[in-house]
Amino acid sequence: MQSSRDGVRLTRRQFVAAGAMGGAALAVGCKAGKQESWDFLTSAQARTLSVLCDQIVPADDFPSATQAGVLAYIDRQLVRHYRRHRNAYRDGLEQADGLSRQRFGRGLADLDATQQSELTSDLSRQNPGFFNLVRSHTFEGFYGSPRHGGNRDAVSWRMVGVDEPPVRGRAQDDQRKGQA
Amino acid sequence: MKRVNAVVVGAGAAGGIVAKELSTAGLSVVLLERGKWYTANDCRKDDLRNQRTTVLGNAFGPEDEGNPRVVFDPKSGPHTVLASEGGYQNNAACVGGGTLSYGAMAWRFVPKDFRMRSTYGAPQGSSLEDWPISYDDLEPYYEKAEYEIGISGDYSGSPFFGPLKNPLPMPPLPPNREFQILEPAAKRLGLHPFHIPMARNSVPYNGRGPCMRCRWCVGFACEVDAKNGSQNTVIPTALGTGNCELRTECMAKEVLMDDRGRARGVAYYDADGRLQEQACDMVIVSACAIESARLLLNSKSRLFPNGLGNRHDQVGRHLQGHHYTGAIGFFDFDTYDDVGPGASIAVADYNHGTPGLCGGGALCNEFIRLPIQMVERMPVNTPRWGLGHKQAMRTFYKRNIAVMGPTQPIPMADGRITLDPAVTDKWGMPVARISGNVHPHTFEIGLRQAQRAEAWLKEAGAMSTIVNAGKPTIVSGGQHQAGTCRMGNDPQGSVVNRDCQVHDADNVFVIDGSVHVTNGGFNPALTIMAIAYMASETLVRNWKGTGFKS
Repeated sequence: MQSSRDGVRLTRRQFVAAGAMGGAALAVGCKAGKQESWDFLTSAQARTLSVLCDQIVPADDFPSATQAGVLAYIDRQLVRHYRRHRNAYRDGLEQADGLSRQRFGRGLADLDATQQSELTSDLSRQNPGFFNLVRSHTFEGFYGSPRHGGNRDAVSWRMVGVDEPPVRGRAQDDQRKGQA
Repeated sequence: MKRVNAVVVGAGAAGGIVAKELSTAGLSVVLLERGKWYTANDCRKDDLRNQRTTVLGNAFGPEDEGNPRVVFDPKSGPHTVLASEGGYQNNAACVGGGTLSYGAMAWRFVPKDFRMRSTYGAPQGSSLEDWPISYDDLEPYYEKAEYEIGISGDYSGSPFFGPLKNPLPMPPLPPNREFQILEPAAKRLGLHPFHIPMARNSVPYNGRGPCMRCRWCVGFACEVDAKNGSQNTVIPTALGTGNCELRTECMAKEVLMDDRGRARGVAYYDADGRLQEQACDMVIVSACAIESARLLLNSKSRLFPNGLGNRHDQVGRHLQGHHYTGAIGFFDFDTYDDVGPGASIAVADYNHGTPGLCGGGALCNEFIRLPIQMVERMPVNTPRWGLGHKQAMRTFYKRNIAVMGPTQPIPMADGRITLDPAVTDKWGMPVARISGNVHPHTFEIGLRQAQRAEAWLKEAGAMSTIVNAGKPTIVSGGQHQAGTCRMGNDPQGSVVNRDCQVHDADNVFVIDGSVHVTNGGFNPALTIMAIAYMASETLVRNWKGTGFKS
């Protein structure tokens, strides 16, 4: 039963990944958000959320959260295990953009990097419930199993220095199965 | 359905052993398990969906859908929680129960753990009590569990355990790097480090191979079947006798009682959701502390209007697990060697004997932390997010050691399971409501334990440490849940007698962690197993074909 469910996930993820690749090189904050392949998020929500995710795990020598597929992870879970958090995302992202317009006259995704950082700090104080939710989900996507759409190419595991894939025995087959 | 001698509810650590002992003695047994029987194909290494990190659900049950519980928070009142949420206090729902996916630490309790009240007196407001059995009573059954289930390890470095008539059947796994770092430090502090006893093959045993030392252990099923639980030892033996039938995905509804106060069978919902009745001569409830109490409370009859065995309002009380505290040390050299399971070294110097403290607990290094488990465990002053956090992950992932331990909880009668008056599960049965806490003295002991863990890490060369000693507002049951059907000689203050027989119903037994009077300063699995062997032996001895001799 689990394997058949996997089959469905895999197809979907391949679809999402293919969409992201077609839109732009990587979904860095970016106009790739215009693609209509999100399962739950609207394009506008995806753009705002990608800012938050990349503030939580920014790019350095290693990719940022969204470069590693975290947006795809969160979006997929919002139609699966995190259905119960849909309202929190809808309201929280709206509030984030509202704060941004109030303070800078533009939505979060249209701010420069310094402003995005300031605004994210503001949000973490004004709506810690939502911010901590996004923080947890971003970490899950970035540090968790690539099977769920984030941590693309196991990049965070390579970053912390563990063998990739960090499995032995028959699970290595399982790991390949999980990769799109 | 054909009448059988015994229905055992729950195929976990205890239920599997009871089924095996009864069926090998010639009794006919039906073993009911609400979950599934997982195989090697289900050993997925999913770090977001297993039995410890459950952000995407429980790998080994129960499912979120239709299995809620209610947690009663002293400040905000009742909350309905999903099975994969922390407040649920989940163990597992599958063949093997918690033993399929546990870390498999398999300790004996020490003699004083059975004499907590005599040793320390009961702190005011607590329900600290002695067991009606002693370490010496249980010793042969500890040994039986060690040999039948298969335990590796070596107690010989520690003088704090009761006598073992025979050594453990398997040597410990060779030490990993954390062991090598922590052992000399412990000795410099005058402590007595030793190899943690584990239900894990270090050498071929019971027809299965040894541990391959991967990093996916606690929370996962073992893909090479080197971790020993009831699902790969006693349950196959029970089924091999031809006397035991295992029925999976069968959820017990109630123990059916006749008008003379004897059990006549068990009502349960089968895999298709149909209500079934299995008639039997005796019922053994082994559903784990929370669900065993719930089943008794849901079993209302003329003579037990408030639930089976609950004449004196004892069922569900004294709920306790363990208060886990400790410290994490950060080092300027690699401590990580990728040699699982990770947990390897322990000290039992602090379990008893500190003036002013009622007991204590073991301290051990932890199982390998997967990257997702590290994100909240960073050095002091690490930013919670952003580049600083990401870089700290990179710097410290392979340079930290966690030393934690199960502080022995001081139980209170108000830490308890009741039936929720409003919320029901998918079968329409009232769900467990968890409320109350353990005694606050537990947290004093826990803090002291954390400081000791910190001192050990510093002696081992940690540059910095963080101390992990919270004060949870709600009782912590979880995988170590115990105490809800206390064993005792006084029917007014306990639910079962020393043979795990319900005081007022001589053909109903509760055999699992529920009967623990206190829960030791160690993971309780081996004690649950030993009690299951002991109680089964007595049960078989007293069984006269149609009833129990008085």
